[in-house]
Amino acid sequence: MTSTLERSQLHVTDIARTATVGMRTRRLRTVLSALGVMIGIAAMVGVLGLSESSKSELLAQLERLGTNLLTVEAGGGIGAGTGALPDEAAIMIGRIGPVESTSTISSVDANVYRSDLVDEGQTAGITVQAVDYTLLDSLAGTVADGKWLDTATGAYPTVVLGSVAAERLGIDEVTGTQQVWLGDRWFTVVGVLDTFELAPDLDRAAMVSLDAADTYLDHDNVPTRVLVRVAPEQIDQVTAVLAATANPEFPEEVEVARPTDALEAQEAADDTLTALFLGLGAVALLVGGVGIANVMVISVLERRGEIGLRRALGATRRNIAGQFLGEALLLATIGGIGGVLLGVGATALYSSIEGWAILVPAIAVFGGLGAALLIGGVAGLYPAIRASRLSPTEALHTT
Amino acid sequence: MTELNSVLEVVEVHKEYPTTPPVRALRGVSFSVARGELVSVVGPSGSGKSTLLHLMGTLDRPTSGEVVVSGYRVSEMSDRDLSFLRAHHIGFVFQQFHLLNGMTALDNVADGLLYTGRPLSERRELAEIELLHVGMGHRLNQQATKLSGGERQRVATARAMVGNPSIILADEPTGNLDTKNSDAIVELIEELNEAGATIVVITHNREIAESFPRAVGLRDGYIEYDSAWQGVA
Repeated sequence: MTSTLERSQLHVTDIARTATVGMRTRRLRTVLSALGVMIGIAAMVGVLGLSESSKSELLAQLERLGTNLLTVEAGGGIGAGTGALPDEAAIMIGRIGPVESTSTISSVDANVYRSDLVDEGQTAGITVQAVDYTLLDSLAGTVADGKWLDTATGAYPTVVLGSVAAERLGIDEVTGTQQVWLGDRWFTVVGVLDTFELAPDLDRAAMVSLDAADTYLDHDNVPTRVLVRVAPEQIDQVTAVLAATANPEFPEEVEVARPTDALEAQEAADDTLTALFLGLGAVALLVGGVGIANVMVISVLERRGEIGLRRALGATRRNIAGQFLGEALLLATIGGIGGVLLGVGATALYSSIEGWAILVPAIAVFGGLGAALLIGGVAGLYPAIRASRLSPTEALHTT
Repeated sequence: MTELNSVLEVVEVHKEYPTTPPVRALRGVSFSVARGELVSVVGPSGSGKSTLLHLMGTLDRPTSGEVVVSGYRVSEMSDRDLSFLRAHHIGFVFQQFHLLNGMTALDNVADGLLYTGRPLSERRELAEIELLHVGMGHRLNQQATKLSGGERQRVATARAMVGNPSIILADEPTGNLDTKNSDAIVELIEELNEAGATIVVITHNREIAESFPRAVGLRDGYIEYDSAWQGVA
């Protein structure tokens, strides 16, 4: 009569089916406990996606502006010098091999007003700068309206306004007939520029050509700043010799800067914030995991009768553990998928509002799902083991 | 005893629960159930009926003595093998029905075969046949929560029967039912037995117990009487 005992294995699909029993009967609880994990994963995916998208925006911006621009400026005059660069600084710099172009800016000691009736003190914080015709190219600037200075217009009393200066002077479009009162005479406005990303101070400037400054404002055109475009691979070498070349007598008074450094510094600050928010996301995820563990522990207590029944129907301890572990994993997976979708959605929405390219790193998506599974597994392990250790007779005696 | 024919043997079984003071639930119980028998185990509460059912169903192990189900000696088996034994050889019917809410009658019965490793389609097919047997063919896809007490116990009985186990153990199957439904379940049990099933019914109801071909009376952990003895004597 004794035959070999049949040792049957549960199919994977059956394990999955039993794992969904609890969810089907307690839907609200399922949603709420998955929500905890979902928020955590969404936060992490969103933060990674947004930081990646904004980083790609910065790279695109740097690409557009070029990182090979250096500025040479006269320092504050701590030493014995005059606080200005020598007249021939731009020419000297132009002789350095890898320098591709130079562009001179010379501050003019004059103010600009809407008309000759405006009180002298009301300068509106607008400076007057005499500039090279190459300035616009050097700074990768763009014209909002009208045109940039050239040798034709530059020979006459004409002015191009930075974006802020134009606004303060009440000029929103260029008609060709508007005039501003600059250095005790009328200058015709020929253009208004867009915001400079590399030289925000020039947004508040009225720019005239070096020729016009010489002719109409009696300005000496001593350079206060020289913009230098350098062969990209030789930036460091050029930086090292720029000060001494610009002002051989007082090289310590010369300040050499790279405007794109500011943008990169800003990005570094963003990275710190990203790390902070990632940490917050991880905390949310952990709390979500604790939520799942909590729900599973309660579930095991509530479902003692079911556990007893399943043992009576022939479930092994491993089958019972698998069912509850599977349920925890499933909860976390639902939360994980929801979180990834939410995080990607938030990234897409914000990036499209900001006009950035939408970039969600693969590591965020797969890492997010992996983290959710890990949390689910850890959270489900203890309740699952508890369920499997329950004595069938005790379990059956609870209703 | 007709060893060859016996589906279940309980040999000098003692069960002691290690509480303070220790409870001696069974004090040397021996009896056997032959293939095709319908046996009731009857006794007042505290007589050791439930303990005996758990031991017969391999849900628990005796402190001493031996339980043999379908020729398998429980004392020699691992917890895992006992699970396989239950899956293939033992069917249970409980007083509280223990149906899974959120599942249909059909799937509840099909789950009776879940741990036998048969595929879902086959489980459902067999479950449908079994539900027809117990007169629940019209309620196949009804949610368990929507069934009446009598219907639930019919579904639970179908679940116990579906694997065609060697023995069915019913623990107070009429305990939660009114007289009408109770009579109907007793009738169903008798029908199933006539069709060949081996069934042990645990009950405190003497009337039901004595309506069965054989009754084993339990009191204070001993067998007080067994109607089979008269036959032997």
